[in-house]
Order: sequence, then C-alpha cells, then structure tokens
Amino acid sequence: MFKTIMTPVDMAHPKDLSKSLQCSADLAKHYGAKIVFVAVTSTTPGSVAHTPEEFKTKLEAFAQEQAEAHGVDATAHMAISHDPTSDVDDVLLKAVTDTGADLVVMQSHMPNIMDYVWPSNGGKIAEHAKSSVMVVRG
Amino acid sequence: MAEESENNDMGIPAPEGTADIIDTDYEIGQDNIETKVGPFGLDIHNPVFLVSGLTVVVFVIYALLAPTQAADFFGWLRPALTSTFDWFFLTAANIFVIFCLVLIVTPYGKVRLGGADAKPDYGYLGWFAMLFAAGMGIGLMFFGVLEPAYYFGTPWGDEPLGTVRPFTEDGQLIEANVAEAKRMALAATSYHWALHPWAIYAVVALGLALFSYNKGLPLSIRSAFYPILGERVWGWWGHTIDIVAVFATLFGLATSLGLGAQQANAGLEFVYGIPNNVTAQVILIVLITAFALVSVVRGLDGGVKVLSEFNMLLAILLLLFVLFTAGAVGIFTDFGKTLVAYVQEVVPLSNPIGREDDGYRQGWTAFYWAWWISWSPFVGMFIARVSRGRTVREFITCVLIIPSVVCIFWMAVFGGTAINDMIANLGDSAVKANVIDSYVPELSLFAMLESLPLASITSTVGIVLVIVFFVTSSDSGSLVIDTITAGGKIDAPVPQRVFWCTFEGMVAIALLIGGGLSSLQAMVISTGLPFTVVLLLICVAIWKGLAAERRA
Repeated sequence: MFKTIMTPVDMAHPKDLSKSLQCSADLAKHYGAKIVFVAVTSTTPGSVAHTPEEFKTKLEAFAQEQAEAHGVDATAHMAISHDPTSDVDDVLLKAVTDTGADLVVMQSHMPNIMDYVWPSNGGKIAEHAKSSVMVVRG
Repeated sequence: MAEESENNDMGIPAPEGTADIIDTDYEIGQDNIETKVGPFGLDIHNPVFLVSGLTVVVFVIYALLAPTQAADFFGWLRPALTSTFDWFFLTAANIFVIFCLVLIVTPYGKVRLGGADAKPDYGYLGWFAMLFAAGMGIGLMFFGVLEPAYYFGTPWGDEPLGTVRPFTEDGQLIEANVAEAKRMALAATSYHWALHPWAIYAVVALGLALFSYNKGLPLSIRSAFYPILGERVWGWWGHTIDIVAVFATLFGLATSLGLGAQQANAGLEFVYGIPNNVTAQVILIVLITAFALVSVVRGLDGGVKVLSEFNMLLAILLLLFVLFTAGAVGIFTDFGKTLVAYVQEVVPLSNPIGREDDGYRQGWTAFYWAWWISWSPFVGMFIARVSRGRTVREFITCVLIIPSVVCIFWMAVFGGTAINDMIANLGDSAVKANVIDSYVPELSLFAMLESLPLASITSTVGIVLVIVFFVTSSDSGSLVIDTITAGGKIDAPVPQRVFWCTFEGMVAIALLIGGGLSSLQAMVISTGLPFTVVLLLICVAIWKGLAAERRA
C-alpha cells in the first residue's frame, strides 16, 4: 500500500522521537516500504553541525543506524531552510514531493493553546501534504 | 585554531572541500536554556538574553526618571566624542575602505564564504534589496534631499572643506559660485554614503560570515574575535561583546523608530493635515511594529525578503519619477559630475588632520562614522546572514562598490533636483524654506517633491516608503537580536523574535511619551567609539582567518 515513508527527524533531539521512529519502522516492515529520514537545517552553524555537509553526514549515519536497528531499508534526505523557525513546515512539505513519499509519519507535541496562534508542524503537514500523514503523539 | 578538524565525537569525517573549521570544544547552544514558560517554548543564551533585556530596561527607566540629567549627559557626550576623536573616526574609516579594496585584489578574494563548494543562498535581486532595506534605506529617504541642500546653502559656517557659498548675506545668488558650491555639496554628501559606510558594514559582515560559515563558529558578534581572544570568547569577554551589540542594536532601532515616527507624522501633517501629536506618533509606532511582527513571524524568505523587494521596487519607482520629471538629461549630467567630484574630493574629504572645516568634519563626518559604526553589528550581522555562498571578491564588490554607486546616483537625483530648485526658484523654493531659511529637516523630501508634478501622489509614496523602510529595519533587527540572544542559533522558537520585535516598539513608545529619544540616540551613537576599536580588531581577525583559509 505504501512504498516510501517519509519520517521527519529533529537532529537536535533524536531521543525524543522514539515513538515515531518505532512506528515508521513497523509500518515499513509491514508494507515492505523504505523509509526516508528527512531533517531540516540552516546553512549557519548550529548545535548539531557546523556546516550543511557535516549535518548531512550525521543524518546519513543516523539513517544507517536506524536501518540496522530495525532491519529496514532507510535513506536520508537533508532539506535546507534559510529560517527554520518560520518555514520548517514549507520545507517539509517540499520534501514530501522531493522524496516522492506516499506516507508521512511524524511525531507531534501534545496540543496546547498556542496551536491556535502557531499551528503545530504535524498539523500543518497533515493539512497540506498530498500524501497520507500519520501524526504520532509524543 | 585553523586546523582541519579531525574525526569528531561521532566518528564522522570532517566535511570535504569546505576548508578550515576552527577546532573548539564549544558546542553551539551549550550555554542555552531550553525551557517552556506556559505554552511558550524558549531557547535562550544564558546570560546574554537576560542581561541584555535588563540593561535595556534599566536605561529606559533612567531616561524616564531623570530626563534632564540623561539629556544633559548624553547630549554632551556624543558631540564631545565626535569632536575630540574626529581624527580617529576618519582614520579608521579610511582603513576600512583600503582594507576592503585590498581584499578585492589579493588572492584572498577567491575564498568562498561557506566553503569552496557553497552555493549562494539568495539571487542578486533579493540580496541587494535586503542589503539596502536593512542598512541604509531610511537614511536615504531622510538625507537624500536634506544633506546636499544643506551643504549647498549652509549659512552656518560648516561648508565642506570650507568651499564657496552660493548666496550673499541677504539671500541673493552669486552666479560665479553656484557650480562649485553644487559640485562640492554633492561630492561631500556622496562621501558620507558611498565607500566609507559600506566598508564599515562590509568589514563586520565579512568577519561574521567568515567565522561562521567557514570556521563553524556560531553566528554571533563574538565569533569574529576568536583569533584574538581564543577560547575566552565563550566566557564573559564574549558575553560582553554580544550584550553591547544587542544593546546598541535595540536602542539604535527603538530610538530611530521613535524619532522616525515623529518625522513621518510631520510628513503626514504637511501632506494631509493629519495632526502632529504624540497619539498619532504612537499609532504609527504600533503600526510599524505590527507590520514588522508579521514579517518576522513569516520569516526571512516569506517576510523580510518580500518586504525588502517591495520596498526597493517602490524606491526605484520614486527615483525614476524624480529623474524624469526633473529632467533626466540634466540629472545624468549631474550624476556624471558627482562621480567625478567624488573621486576628486574623496581624498581631501577623508583627510583626518590639518583641516579647518570643523563644522563639517566633526559635526557631520565624525557623527556619520560613529552612527554607521554603532549600527554595524546589526547591519553587518544581517548582511552576513544572507551572504553565504559568495566569494570574498564578489562579496566586497557587491557590498561596497555597487551600493556606493547606487547611493551616489540617489544623491545626484534627489540632491541635484533639490539644489536646482533652490537655484531656479530663489524666492519661493520650498526646499530652501525648509532647509536653510528655517531648519525643518523632516520636511525636506516633501518640499522637494512639491516642486515636481503630481506632488500629492509622490508624497504619499514617500511616506509609505519611510514607513516600510522602518518596518524592514525593524524586522531584520529583531532577527539579529534574536540570533545573538539565542547564542547564535537561528532556529530559536517564534515567541522569542516576537518578544524582541514587540519590546523594541514598547521601548520606542515609552521614550516617545516620557522623553529621552534624543538622549538615548546620542548614547547609541557614542557606542560608535568603542566599536571602532572593535572593527579595527575584526580587520586583523579577517586577515588571519583568510590566510588560514588559503592554506587549507
């Protein structure tokens, strides 16, 4: 039913994502799909990496690690954003197209009052992505 | 420093083709506090965020509680500094220009910001639009008419290089002096808006871009000091540098927002008869802040860039309108003459010693240099943020040479038209009435537009431009402050940039109502003196950094 599962990851806090990682791995095994781990970075040095190249290397290592841990086929896709604070949603939506994913599995925080002002990433992706979206509560 | 970083803790090889990451144990964000206050997420640098915020509050309270003392002290301090240290400001600015020009021709010009394989983040159009909108736009609106007209007609003894006066004591034209006075007025104005200010911005921007994109240090002012201070930049040395930068940026923006609201209000009164009072000015500040808020929330690409491009388009339209209605042939001749005059006079004008034109050199030039320098952390950091992927040579050509030519053209169009109006309509020139006969600087632009057709439409465009230029300074400034106070992270949560943008508007309103805009602006400009030393050190750091980059 699904061929490519896109799983956005926050490389600064990969430990918080255990649920969505587990979920996407289970779905990948069930449908025989491959996972694309997508992470967004800016070009300025950040807490994860000093350069986009270093970021990409770390992301690829992460994907490799996940593939081995769960026994699934996984690749990495780095997306560049000029201003991650405000356009991470748009960058992720573009990544859905770029990776050709037909399912997005992503983790979202518990909803709170501020979601009325600034919608959560998961909510916005679910609203606008052409593919199926599964939002896993963290 | 300056060694290719070895395998890091995760056993990942260093990036290839990007050169020379500085090997430091500092991790970006290690001093940050990540927490939640109610529903708001926070990711702030400890202690830069808190100390900067509190210092700003303390100074606002001081200006509100002791307005006379603050006005007396800072009103004395600023002119005292620019008059005493005029030679230092002039010499330093000359060094920055020469430094930049040397970088263009040396092999260091080949170094690419972001590593050998980096691609530019922005196309030329968006890049230029953002350069202008952040750093200079509002000044061009305010001084484009005022400054050339002032030098041309000044009866106050501050003619540039003590040049001839075109008017007699009783206001009659001295035909023989007109051409020379006009030439010098346009050259002297161009001097303040061309190579020197852009070299100041370019030095800061290049320092930050180099140490951030090529060396992997956080995008914060302190990073440019790594070659000089070493690991100490991560401690209180660095905190102090960043705090002073935040402080100068926030007060620079807030005071010009407050004073700008008064100017825009004067323009609205002149054009539409809208009452000129504190209520109207507070509404203007709220309006500008609201637009800036939308812009920062939409982000760099969706807000700041779009607004900057709109702004540039509108400014070009106004420029073309003035150019053609005032006579394109005459203006192009003026532009040619101004360029020649600039080249001829730039050396005598930038000579720091043995001059007698104190009024011009200390009152205008040193003031401008201190002003540009006090703004340079903000504008430089913003330019750095949008300049990844350019080579040093391309960067300096585009940040120094091209904006200089554009500014000289702008001055030739607006200033030339204004001076021609003063010559042609000696008795009833609105420019002369508002600049020379009675000094009402905020009306100078509108007075010039009045001498051209469709004045009501162009004045409206002028007011919109003034307001939008304030928005584009305010939004980019808020992003810069947010990045510095988040320890160089540009992905801090949205509420933080909303906080800084709002805070800046509130400081402006508090000072507008309570008084103190001028005194605190004087204080900000006074920070130009210590920052001049800082900028000279950045030049040394850039040189060292580029040398290491070439070896890599």
